[in-house]
Formats: sequence, structure tokens, C-alpha cells
Amino acid sequence: MSEEQKINTIEAINWALDDAMAKYPNVILFGEEVADPEGGGVIKVTRGLSTKYGDSRVRSTPITEMGFIGAAVGAAIAGMRPVAEIMLMNFVAVCMDQITNHAAKLRFMSGGQTHVPLVIRTMTGTGFQQGGQHSDFLEAWFCHTPGIKVAMPSNPADAYGLMLGAIEDDDPVLFVEHLASYWNPGVAPQRGKAIPLGKARIARPGKDVTLIGYSRSMIDIPVVAEKLAKDGIDCEIIDLRTVAPLDTDAILTSVKKTGRAVVVHEAVRSFGVGAEVSARIHESLFRDLKAPVQRVASKDSPVPFAKQLESAFIYSHADIEEAVRKTLL
Amino acid sequence: MQSAPATDILLDIYRRMTSIKANDTRIIATMKAGRLTMPYYSARGQECIPAAVSVLLTKEDYLVTMYRGVHDMIAKGVPTKLIWAEFAGRSTGTCKGKGGPMHVTHPESGCMVTTGVVGAGLPIACGLALAAQVRGEKRVTITNFGDGASNIGAFHESLNLASVWKLPVVFMCQNNRYAEHTSYAKGTSIESIADRAKSYSIPGVRVDGNDPIAVYNVARTAIERARSGQGPTLIEAMTFRFNGHLLGDMGEYIPKTEYAAAVAADPYPKYRDWLIANKHATAAGLDAIDAEVNAELEAAVKFAFDSPLTDPIEITRDIYAAATA
Repeated sequence: MSEEQKINTIEAINWALDDAMAKYPNVILFGEEVADPEGGGVIKVTRGLSTKYGDSRVRSTPITEMGFIGAAVGAAIAGMRPVAEIMLMNFVAVCMDQITNHAAKLRFMSGGQTHVPLVIRTMTGTGFQQGGQHSDFLEAWFCHTPGIKVAMPSNPADAYGLMLGAIEDDDPVLFVEHLASYWNPGVAPQRGKAIPLGKARIARPGKDVTLIGYSRSMIDIPVVAEKLAKDGIDCEIIDLRTVAPLDTDAILTSVKKTGRAVVVHEAVRSFGVGAEVSARIHESLFRDLKAPVQRVASKDSPVPFAKQLESAFIYSHADIEEAVRKTLL
Repeated sequence: MQSAPATDILLDIYRRMTSIKANDTRIIATMKAGRLTMPYYSARGQECIPAAVSVLLTKEDYLVTMYRGVHDMIAKGVPTKLIWAEFAGRSTGTCKGKGGPMHVTHPESGCMVTTGVVGAGLPIACGLALAAQVRGEKRVTITNFGDGASNIGAFHESLNLASVWKLPVVFMCQNNRYAEHTSYAKGTSIESIADRAKSYSIPGVRVDGNDPIAVYNVARTAIERARSGQGPTLIEAMTFRFNGHLLGDMGEYIPKTEYAAAVAADPYPKYRDWLIANKHATAAGLDAIDAEVNAELEAAVKFAFDSPLTDPIEITRDIYAAATA
């Protein structure tokens, strides 16, 4: 048996950008420090691309998110396919106007005459003691805005396929990368194969309870599921991969079978993706449910700095296990 | 006045100014009659800025404008019948009635984005210009905004980025002396917005925005500079808006003497008189242009109100490329 090639998410996204730039001359990259003279990205995701494709197509920008995200919107309207990097997800706050008032709405407000095929890459996550302005998961802000899609891969192969899918997509896509798992190795993707946005993946088939996650929680959920399997609890795991649009069919098909569901995300609990997933399940499957849908998420608090506080902020494996057991009472 | 362009260009400017003024008058009358319901930010008094600039542009050149932007759209060549249909919420409107006066879009005439957010058009204009630069096109992007926008971050980020990347963009500040209800002096830390260009190492020019020939000459230099790859220019065109911020604004915050002086300096009749005095046209010749403009306006209004109202099904369309769950 030949050994499967393993790569990490940094390499996977780099491959996707490289393959897209080779295939489509209208793909351009910009963001802080993305070009090679500035280091090829703070995590080196874009390393080598400015050398290969030139400094007209790969540009390091000043620290000017409102300026360059607005420029990405304009370039996209004019027919380019920009991939713009906002170094950390919290910094979307300084350019929200361009994302939610413009990128997300221009197709609608123009009556379909213009559209914004833009990808915004960003990264986030706790674990590095970065405190309240460098670690938030803010996907719910964007899921609440019709017109923008939100992709949140959990492994290198999905990151590759979703990035290609996002670049080929005709709508603006916020592409959220999870900082702490960048270096985790995973199965290498098939080059050139895009994953269309809006399609979830069954990560583990099971019959007793459906565990729904994306991004970081897809690292934790399988660990808990394996533990529960030893107790005879058979979990089905769904990796949403894209949180907007949500793959409602995949969720409902699974929960109709299991009758139980737990949603897990690193974002804070209230008004989050978990609430929406839970509501959709209750609206459609109330009579099929054997227990109320459970949510596992971070505490409704700003992300704290000190290690023990950060650990208290984020959900634990025990929280996931407890939520699953609640559905089985 | 400075050296003037050829007579046909002068009359083209006059025609555009006339259309802007006639449409504005008719929009207000139609709103007062209750036949149009919308927020309206009249640009009466600012006609000659876009009229003089747009004779230098082609349909391939990009326009980004803002909520006070009907004058910019008409000057750039967005068909008035489509603008009227948009205002009236008709399926034949530029945006099928889904955008309204603050979001008129018409890529065929180069009107790429109209924004309702102060200053937000400037970064987008940088991106339109960037696309042209990357593709090696000779296209120029012009973005219009008011004096108030020069105090918002997007203005400063855009001038910096456009300078660093030498983008083919013209930043056109139509300084009408008031940011909503706040006077220029109360809200702006510098005597002249054009001087802000110095901070970004680009040319900044202040011009009498009520003098079409002065605007034309300044814009020509800026557009040629952008087209030839030398980068952006900031123009500050001094003007005044006669109908306040939003229609219905009674202008109590404007000193009466200032308002009276501005109206006395109305650029429209002044330019008309100048054309006749300098033998570029006869009164009868200009009347003929007026009549053509009015006929087009009548046809535009009729087209709009004869068109079907946009079906509510449209709120489920154009959100994404394809329908989604």
C-alpha cells in the first residue's frame, strides 16, 4: 500500500492559490505582507506566489483594510477575481462597510448588473493568548448578511478544494482559516478539483446522534466521538465546511435518521451558527426529535488573555460529551 | 475665463447641464405631487462639475458616485428614462427598482457603483482603476464625493493607496460647503481639501466648480495624467447645493447671506449668458437644445410611469449568482 501524501493547510491553500493563478489570469492577490519581499504572508500561505506571478498580480498592501478591501470590491466588479487577505478576523471590523454594505449587496442593489467575485481570506482562533482583538470567530456577522458566503474548512484537503471553489464562485466569499490547526497534516487534495460552496461532508457515519461542526470544532468532535464509541454511542459527524449557505438538506437528512443533534463551534454561543442550525432542525423535525438540540460553544465573553482564562472561555471535550449524553437521557 | 475648448464641446457641456437641471426640477415637482416616494439629495447648483468633466470621458471610463449623484449619472450618460424608471420602482429601471436613487448602476455607460455611504466610493474606485492597470487598459476611473467625505478614513486610505500604486483615478471632491448640516469650517481642519493631496504626494488642485471651463481644463490635465500612467489627482471643485442636504431640508443652518450669494452666483444662467455673449451660441440655438432636453425628459417620465411596477418576487433574486437555500 502506497503511503498517502500528507500536507498541512498552509501548503494546501498555497497550492489552491497557485493553481488558480496559473489557470485564471484575472486572479490577483493582495493583503498585508503577502508578497515575497515582505515574507510571503505572516503564516507564509502566499509564499512564492509573487515571485512566480509578478508584483502586479501579487501585491503587499499598506495596513489599510478599508482601502484594500474596497479596492478588491472595485477590481471584482471590473472583472478581476481578487483574493484579499485580512490578516486576522477581528480586523474585518475596520472594513465591515466594504464587506457588508458593498460586496454583499451590490449584485442585488444593481439589479444583477454587477457582481463581486471576491474572496476574503482571514484567520482566527484562540490558543495563542492573543486576547480580545486577535482571536474571535465572527462568522455569524456575515451569515446574517444576505449576499455573502462563508467557507470555514477544517482540514487541508477541504481548504484546497473550498479555496478553488471560492475563487470560481461568482459571489463574495469570506474564507476563514483556523490559526491553531494550520500546521496539522492531512490527506493531500486532488489538484485542480474544486469543492462547490454550500455542501457539507459526512466525516463519520453513525446512527445515534448527529454532531455538527466546522473549522476548529472538527478537531475536537471526532476525539469525543471515538471516546463515546467505546461506550456504544455511535455518532454521525457532519463537517458543514460552508456556514453560509448552510447545507440544510445534509443536516436534516442526518438528524431525521438519528433524532438527536449537537452543534459545536468555537464562536460564542448566543445568536451564533449553532442557534440557526438548531432552529432549522426544530422547525423541520420537531416530531422526529428524541431530545432538544444542544449547542456547545465558547462562553459569551470577550476572548480573555491569561492561559487559564482562555481555557475557561473555550468549550472542552467534556462539554461536548455532556451535551451528547443530554440528548440520550 | 481661461482658454475655452471648441464650441461643440462648450455646447455639449451646456446640454448636459441643462439635462441635469431639468431633471432635478422635474424630480422635485413629481415628488411634491406624490408620484415619486424616495429620499432625494438634489445636486441643483453643482451641474457644471460633472458636465464639464464627462465630456472628457468615454463610456469605457468608470464612474463611481454617491447618494447626491444624479447629476454625475446623467452627465456620464446613464439614460434618463432608466433613472426615472428606477426612481419609480419599475422593472425597467436601471436596477429594477432594487437599488433606488442611492444605488443607480449602469455599467453600459460606465456607472459602476453608486454608494449611500459617505466616502465608501473612493476605495472601490481604486479597485476599478487597479483592474484597468493590471490589464494594461487606458481606462480612467473618476470618483465623486463631497467635502464631508474628506474627513472620513476611506478618503485618506484611498489617496494613499492610489498614490503608492499610481492608480489611474481622479478624485473629484465637489465641495458644496456643508457636510449634511455642518459647515465646512466647523468640521474640516484644513483651509483647502486640495491641500490634503500633499500628504499623499499627488497633485491637488482647487478650482471654481461653478466655472465649466476652469473645471474642464483642470479635469483634462488630471484625466490625461491618469490615462498616461502617471497616477491620481485630487480635484476640489468649489460649489454649492441649493436644496440642502435631503429634500425637505429647510436649510436653517445656512446663513441667509451665504445662501443668497450662492443663488445669485447660480452657474447655470451664468454659463448660458456667457455662451451667448461670446458668440458660441444664440439664445435661439440654446432654446433649441433646451427643447430637445425637455422632450427627452417628457419621454423619460412617460416611459417610467408606463412601465410595470417591479414584481415582489424580485426580492428573492440577485442575492447570489444562483438560488440558494
